[in-house]
Amino acid sequence: MRPILMKGHERPLTFLKYNRDGDLLFSCAKDHNPTVWFADNGERLGTYRGHNGAVWCCDVSRDSARLITGSADQTAKLWNVQTGQQLFTFNFDSPARAVDLSVGDRLAVITTDPFMELSSAIHVKRIANDPADQVGESALILKGPQGRINRAVWGPLNRTIISAGEDAVIRIWDSETGKLLKENDKEVGHKKTITSLAKSVDGSHFLTGSLDKSAKLWDIRTLTLIKTYVTERPVNAVAMSPLLDHVVLGGGQDASAVTTTDHRAGKFEAKFYDKVLQEEIGGVKGHFGPINALAFNPDGKSFSSGGEDGYVRLHHFDSDYFNIKI
Amino acid sequence: MALVRPGSGSAQPAKLRWGELEEDDGEDLDFLLPPKQVIGPDENGIKKVIEYKFNEDGNKVKITTTTRTRKLANARLSKRAVERRSWPKFGDAVHEDVGARLTMISTEEILLERPRAPGSKAEEPKAGGDSLAQLGKGGAALKLCRTCGKKGDHWTSQCPYKDLAPQAEAFSDKPPTSDAATGAAGTGKYVPPSVRAGADRTGSDMRRRNDENSVRVTNLSEDTREPDLLELFRPFGAVSRVYVALDKNTSISRGFGFVNFVNREDAQRAINKLNGYGYDNLILRVEWATPRTN
Repeated sequence: MRPILMKGHERPLTFLKYNRDGDLLFSCAKDHNPTVWFADNGERLGTYRGHNGAVWCCDVSRDSARLITGSADQTAKLWNVQTGQQLFTFNFDSPARAVDLSVGDRLAVITTDPFMELSSAIHVKRIANDPADQVGESALILKGPQGRINRAVWGPLNRTIISAGEDAVIRIWDSETGKLLKENDKEVGHKKTITSLAKSVDGSHFLTGSLDKSAKLWDIRTLTLIKTYVTERPVNAVAMSPLLDHVVLGGGQDASAVTTTDHRAGKFEAKFYDKVLQEEIGGVKGHFGPINALAFNPDGKSFSSGGEDGYVRLHHFDSDYFNIKI
Repeated sequence: MALVRPGSGSAQPAKLRWGELEEDDGEDLDFLLPPKQVIGPDENGIKKVIEYKFNEDGNKVKITTTTRTRKLANARLSKRAVERRSWPKFGDAVHEDVGARLTMISTEEILLERPRAPGSKAEEPKAGGDSLAQLGKGGAALKLCRTCGKKGDHWTSQCPYKDLAPQAEAFSDKPPTSDAATGAAGTGKYVPPSVRAGADRTGSDMRRRNDENSVRVTNLSEDTREPDLLELFRPFGAVSRVYVALDKNTSISRGFGFVNFVNREDAQRAINKLNGYGYDNLILRVEWATPRTN
């Protein structure tokens, strides 16, 4: 396959997200402008201008009308996807990290970093249908975990919130009462910072990637460990194929260590693993730095990766990918 | 989807040889015609098909059809996705220069590199094969005391048995830079690529991987690209890497390439079969790639 290279960002990529139809790809980077691309040919559709800091995460509504972004400028913003117009700004006292819209797009979970003696927090906001009615108050604020919360996503039926971050513990919270329902078993859990979390298409399980050089597959209700994928690089990004039983892990050597080691030691490929057998299927190379973001197209026929090198690489699979046998 | 450009089909009566001037006695003379030729599609999707035919008058004509293939988005696009296609650009994308080239197609063919042949068992992880893991451990495995030969415990300079060992020949067999280089990597200072930790070991790792079951193909035509080579070699077995050397300035093929097989036997079969094989009017030379000597 010949990947499409998209060089719209000046700084390292942080997050990638496809919309539900799989025709738009949203990219966030440490430069201040989230960008939307056509996912088939990589043409740039537009940029969302207004943030004043690195943009860490984004999510798009099911009807592809609204975009929410979380940024280090201590805000999360709602955008009109089509025009790039800012609809609303949620202000926080510390940088916003992860954002996720609930099923139905009526709620959003936003995490904020520990900052100036403030501890990290998970905020739940109501999203109004009409942006004119939008208010900034949090419906719920969850506190407790130490360190950054790198990802927070909604559980089944919006009843729970799953969070993971620097303390390497996965927690399930009740999204109504804010009670901590479950923590993962320390014995089998990650040993270092959890960097990424991806839900399966049906929402029955999720995959976490960690700097301890492994990715783990968990049941979303019981929080039991299903599978572990061991790799030889810190994992910065994970994705699951919606079509085949494949998981993709991206990562590589820490960016700060790149100048002190040989470039070939970096392991900057995206690695494909069989979801069930936990065996490596193959690697897709190309980035000149660690992979920070991975996303699968909802149709399962292409995936994109974003790297520390500022490039988004959009890969449309060759036909032989679909009949790979282990 | 192919869009045929109007007016691209051209018919030119070709000069007839005297031998062909004999009266047509109803026989099918199609076997006299040169074979159909297909050129491309190139990177712009332009494909040329050259066909030869007899027209009603019995004259030979050459028909050149130029078509442009355009990849359209998935045919099963939803209505709303089709609508989104025509959305006007916004933000920075409005003032995009034509020459900005934000979106490019990779010039390099990227393959899903299989770690091993399908069907084979997972190998035992090679001891010391993972350089990144070792670097993560603070160079524990690189720590080799040259005085007492102990591995991973202490540096030479901190050797507790320093006084016991005969020092003179202990330092003579190793270059003095290795210790300094690995030490510097820990402190976060800039380290030149040549002396970086893992430089020589990954270098040899890479070399070994690239040389493993590597087959050199020479006398390739200029139009041969990696996918063509892959297509040619894949029937022999799992291919892990295909590379065609391109000229840096002109990106025209330099006429040789390398193919790596997962299995050595497959590579041998490919060599046996394809050495001397006629490909694109040229006779291929296929042989084992000899490792560079340096």
